[in-house]
Amino acid sequence: MENNMLSVKNLHATVEGKEILRGINLEVKAGEVHAIMGPNGSGKSTLASVLAGNEKFTVTEGSVEFLGHDLLSMSIEDRARLGLFLGFQYPVEIPGVTMANFMKLAVNEQRKYRGEEPLSAAEFLRLMKEKSAVVELSSKLTARAVNEGFSGGEKKKNEIFQMAMLDPKLAILDETDSGLDIDALRIVATGVTKLHTAENATVVITHYQRLLDYIVPDVVHVLYKGRIIYTGDKTLALKLEREGYDWLINEYDR
Amino acid sequence: MAENEKEILENLGEQEYKYGFTSAIETETLGKGLSEEVVRQISAKKGEPDWMTQRRVAAYRHWLTLEPPTWAHLRIPQIDFQDIIYYAAPKARKTLGSMDEVDPELKRTFDRLGIPLEEQMALAGVAVDAVMDSVSVKTTFKETLAEKGIIFCSISEALRDHPDLVKKYLGSVVPYTDNFYAALNAAVFSDGSFCYIPKGVRCPMELSTYFRINAAGTGQFERTLIVADEGAYVSYLEGCTAPQRDENQLHAAVVEIVVERDAEVKYSTVQNWYPGDKEGRGGIYNFVTKRGLCRENARLSWTQVETGSAITWKYPSCILAGDNSVGEFYSVAMTNNYQQADTGTKMIHIGRNTRSRIVSKGISAGQSENSYRGLVRVAKGAEHARNYSQCDSLLIGDKCGAHTFPVIDSRNRTAVVEHEATTSKISDDQLFYCNQRGLSTEDAVGLIVNGYAREVLAKLPMEFAVEAQKLLALQLEGTVG
Repeated sequence: MENNMLSVKNLHATVEGKEILRGINLEVKAGEVHAIMGPNGSGKSTLASVLAGNEKFTVTEGSVEFLGHDLLSMSIEDRARLGLFLGFQYPVEIPGVTMANFMKLAVNEQRKYRGEEPLSAAEFLRLMKEKSAVVELSSKLTARAVNEGFSGGEKKKNEIFQMAMLDPKLAILDETDSGLDIDALRIVATGVTKLHTAENATVVITHYQRLLDYIVPDVVHVLYKGRIIYTGDKTLALKLEREGYDWLINEYDR
Repeated sequence: MAENEKEILENLGEQEYKYGFTSAIETETLGKGLSEEVVRQISAKKGEPDWMTQRRVAAYRHWLTLEPPTWAHLRIPQIDFQDIIYYAAPKARKTLGSMDEVDPELKRTFDRLGIPLEEQMALAGVAVDAVMDSVSVKTTFKETLAEKGIIFCSISEALRDHPDLVKKYLGSVVPYTDNFYAALNAAVFSDGSFCYIPKGVRCPMELSTYFRINAAGTGQFERTLIVADEGAYVSYLEGCTAPQRDENQLHAAVVEIVVERDAEVKYSTVQNWYPGDKEGRGGIYNFVTKRGLCRENARLSWTQVETGSAITWKYPSCILAGDNSVGEFYSVAMTNNYQQADTGTKMIHIGRNTRSRIVSKGISAGQSENSYRGLVRVAKGAEHARNYSQCDSLLIGDKCGAHTFPVIDSRNRTAVVEHEATTSKISDDQLFYCNQRGLSTEDAVGLIVNGYAREVLAKLPMEFAVEAQKLLALQLEGTVG
């Protein structure tokens, strides 16, 4: 097997009969960081949702291979257990369920999938403590209900904390930078960078170059009208920041 | 040694069997139907004192004047009260030789609920070890209680050994005139539990383990009377998380609690009677009257987890008669498939500075109907009474119903009564979030439901809270996705 982690070929997807993804091709290798940029409504979040398996969307064409598995035939939870993580743009609240309880279930489901024994209470607490330090998440938050009453910044830190706990092969971060102030952005982005290794890969979906000051991408893609219309290196993000998308869009639409 | 032990166990098993066999022959059953004669026969068979017989007869005569209540949000099939056997001597349960003989489905449920093996055996009716075990548990238990002067026995035993206490308190909180089913129960009740905690005594244990093992054999017209004398404390647990089946479809129990000055009673219930099948056939009709009376500075707390029965009609209530008394009601009522539940509470504030708190969490799935019905009444003299009610409903799927019928009747201007209500659904976004973290949909639903009910579950005794959590998850299997 090559070190190809994710291979998306001609992916089409619809929601309520409307085609949002119209032929995505994307190759992500272990050790890489990809940034997906593009104007609002171009299909960035849809791509993340479809890869994670959200049933709101219907895949009408194309294939996705993830770590040698046919991703599209797998359940949402099996994709997750295999090592696909989605950092949500709008993390939901689950009242009354503590973060600790939630993560314990999640971590042990993943271990079960790999044929490993569940963690003991002591091992789990140690892991929680270690990983919450990655995003400077207060231990008080892990005792609270999942995202309940969390501030915007806390919710995003909490997403990265969960990513740290689950140690995914591929993390897709959907606008993790939106709604963050400068300090929170630095903490979240530094956290993501700390978690990056030669064995895993990260796909960062973002509007802004500012996140990419911390998380330096190897490849930058521009998504527009459900297709990747341009791919470049990290300098592309800087150019987009300066000049906007118009120069690309105009060329594409013409 | 090992040989010897084996022999003893074998003998014990045989004795058990013989005993069962003999009592099976001796089982006496009155015919179907209800009449004054039947009521008198029940009393006679139980060897009750004359005053008890008179009370039963009076209750029966009153019952004849009543009609079944129809005000609940329930579709209740016509019940033929003449088609019911009102007296059968306790049935000897078939004793099983080992856990291998237990219905695998039941065993699977036990395991998933995490019920300890000894209790599993006792509940399933496995002989030898379990019998030895429960006998010894019972004995040590009784000794510890006796040292403190606590009386804990069946109502029949209490009538024989402590007639004055029973005469004083039985029917003092739920008189037979209260309602149709209370009258029926007062006339024909088979047996039940009696508990008396003397002045100033704190019951040193949850009255639970003992009860759980015995709970499996409880009858259809059960009567419970708990008296906590001045300054006493007891935590009482009724029911069982393990699924319970009963040949009798109609259940009409009465629970009365007297909480004297400065005393405190916690009453927890886990109700898991047979709910009927997925198409709504069969299942228990559960019409229960539960009420407690609080004297000065007394405190009564009801906690219930209702997951079973085809029909549940049940309103554990507090009469806050004494000044500064406190009543609490914490409830999780879950209905699935074609189950119907109409449950809630009544808080009757009579004394000054009385306080009450109601937390009701309804969960409806399948095609079920789940109603909260509550009354908060503040009497004229209940100065500075306070009530807080919170009624939440959680809907799973789009074919079930959740209803709230709160009534507030305040006749004192200084009273403060608050009511909050919410209705929510398990959202696709919540499920997707959980799935994306590697949780199966069933686990996710269980988790979300338990989170929703946490405030109530936290009121249960520890080991039961854990079982109740698993029970909720188990009952919801297959409701989503």
